[in-house]
Amino acid sequence: MALNTPHAPAITAAEVTAPATGAQIAAALREAGIAALLTLGLSIPILAFKTEQDQANALYLQPRWGMVAAACALIFALRFALCLRAARRAAAPARPKAPASPALQKLFGIAVPLFLGVAVTYPMLATLASGGLGGARYWIDLGILILTYVMLGWGLNIVVGLAGLLDLGYVAFYAVGAYSYALLSTTFGWSFWLCLPLAGILAAFWGIILGFPVLRLRGDYLAIVTLAFGEIIRLVLINWVDLTNGGAGISSIPRVTFFGVPFDSSEDGFASLFGIPFSPMHRMVFLYYLILVLALITNLVTIRLRRLPVGRAWEALREDEIACRSLGINTRNTKLTAFAIGAMFGGFAGSFFAVRQGFVSPESFNFLESAIILSIVVLGGMGSQVGVAIAAVLMVGAPELLRNLDFLKQVFGAGFDPNEYRLLIFGLAMVAMMVWRPRGLVGHREPSIVLTERKAIAGSLVKEGHG
Amino acid sequence: MSDAATMPAPAQATAGRTPLLSVRGVKTYYGNIIALKGVDLDVHEGEIVTMIGANGAGKSTLMMTIFGNPRCRQGTITYGGRDITQMPTHEIARLGIAQSPEGRRIFPRMTVFENLQMGASIKDFTHFDEDLERVCTMFPRLKERLNQRGGTLSGGEQQMLAIARALMSRPRLLLLDEPSLGLAPLVVKQIFNVIRELNERDGMTVFLVEQNAYHALKLAHRGYVMVTGSITLQGTGKELLENPQVRAAYLEGGAH
Repeated sequence: MALNTPHAPAITAAEVTAPATGAQIAAALREAGIAALLTLGLSIPILAFKTEQDQANALYLQPRWGMVAAACALIFALRFALCLRAARRAAAPARPKAPASPALQKLFGIAVPLFLGVAVTYPMLATLASGGLGGARYWIDLGILILTYVMLGWGLNIVVGLAGLLDLGYVAFYAVGAYSYALLSTTFGWSFWLCLPLAGILAAFWGIILGFPVLRLRGDYLAIVTLAFGEIIRLVLINWVDLTNGGAGISSIPRVTFFGVPFDSSEDGFASLFGIPFSPMHRMVFLYYLILVLALITNLVTIRLRRLPVGRAWEALREDEIACRSLGINTRNTKLTAFAIGAMFGGFAGSFFAVRQGFVSPESFNFLESAIILSIVVLGGMGSQVGVAIAAVLMVGAPELLRNLDFLKQVFGAGFDPNEYRLLIFGLAMVAMMVWRPRGLVGHREPSIVLTERKAIAGSLVKEGHG
Repeated sequence: MSDAATMPAPAQATAGRTPLLSVRGVKTYYGNIIALKGVDLDVHEGEIVTMIGANGAGKSTLMMTIFGNPRCRQGTITYGGRDITQMPTHEIARLGIAQSPEGRRIFPRMTVFENLQMGASIKDFTHFDEDLERVCTMFPRLKERLNQRGGTLSGGEQQMLAIARALMSRPRLLLLDEPSLGLAPLVVKQIFNVIRELNERDGMTVFLVEQNAYHALKLAHRGYVMVTGSITLQGTGKELLENPQVRAAYLEGGAH
């Protein structure tokens, strides 16, 4: 561009992105026409006719051509606008992408302490907001639920995010942990604090058992086998009635105690020990802090492990298994430790689940749970601890939010239940994420060690599939 | 070989001793397809040995077979007097063989520094800083990019990283698979200079698989020519460079 010659008019961005040429409009019209035709074709079987019953209960077809026309027009307009926009974009000079602004970096810096602060003070905030401990029950319960998923997400993140082993059966370890506590406490009367580490160890053991046969598998094949493993555990829980009481589940699991002090209104209960009036909410608050501590332990251990040789080996394994082996990494042991440690945290979360519910049944450990945990990890950005936490809050918190959107009833009528659209919204959100943030909310990998100064390289600069 | 008199100094000195790496009658298959049809090869301590050959001759397969992946169906591979034919790959690496594999295979999402740390993973980290300093002086480009992701490096830098990563384990024997692949002539020169330096200064034994026959044979003490899974010619680098068959097949209009 001859910008420095005095006679040439200065080219401004506005001029470059200004009106589309005739050819562009024609191309966009053609594109939009094709899209509208496709819509027409698609709508004939699914939109154009509706079956109705007449008085004689006979079915007849009611044509709805107006609707078809509206759909075609809508698609035509949208496609036309999209094409024009794309054409203009292409015509405009490629502007270098603005690097992450310092403000954003700063925001990121304060995000972690902020989250932590909110998480620690959450029961107080909830109590204040709802005017009393009793009223905060719903909110604290929701907080516990979210943190459980944060912990599960962080646990699975070790397997999927760090070691790159796609595990669709993570809920199996959650189940092993839950049933371990349920069975050990109801059969032997062991306390939660004894059963918690045992549940973790048992889950880790099952992680290794799963790990052995799948050592050679990667990607899709590994996903299928782990999926099957999750189902096997669930089916065993249903069918081994002698041990697990089958589909009826195990009930009256001992409640959590304050390190041996029960949360009840008795003489030596928690309330009288501390000289405060009894409230059933004490246990809830304690459970909240328990899962918070468990989740934070998961996080801390992961952060530590990433800096140790084993964590680095996990990440290297995710990148290139053959290179790992030729560098002297024992890939078998590395994979097994990833499975075992990931499963162990799943087991911890499971025994927490059992102590919170006081009841476990195979119903709670179906494939949908695995899918939710995995999507938390994927949405959050594989390997990113902060991303997983944000994704867990969104994935678990948003449906609850949906349940409370009562004002929508006034718009759409009393029969409207926004909760029924949960999966639809979830699907749309997934598609949107894959379009705009294909690497997850926090898509860049934080180096485990940085020398002198940080050089952030956007994930988009690294080849897809290779990094 | 016909005459020991033409052998270069290191080869001559070690000719009588048992070789550091010795490959005997190795046959490797991919399924039913034979890739190596009985290969014999020796690498002596302190030597640079090169293997040249066309695409698909089996050079890389031999390199990988030495590392036990794929495993050979027949024959033996011994290293430092130990039979490593059936050993798992990671244990072979722990014996002091390092490899810069075909296609570099660096870890793209990890930083250069982390890649180098991975290279040193079989060592305790007592010599890490020292080794890091050494490879950084060898490849100053890497020093500038220690915090950068491996995948964002240029091809030449990635190759340097692959070699540097292999050197971090202080190997006795360095296996290099086509270090010149896809690189500008100047960068190739740099990399070959480093290999020569490693051999002359540190006495490192190098086994080099190359397509760039001219450079490789000039650098190497001895060379082998592989054609469809068998070794057809061997000799000192100089002999092979002058061999009319080699000239016709690999050097006509080649990279001089």
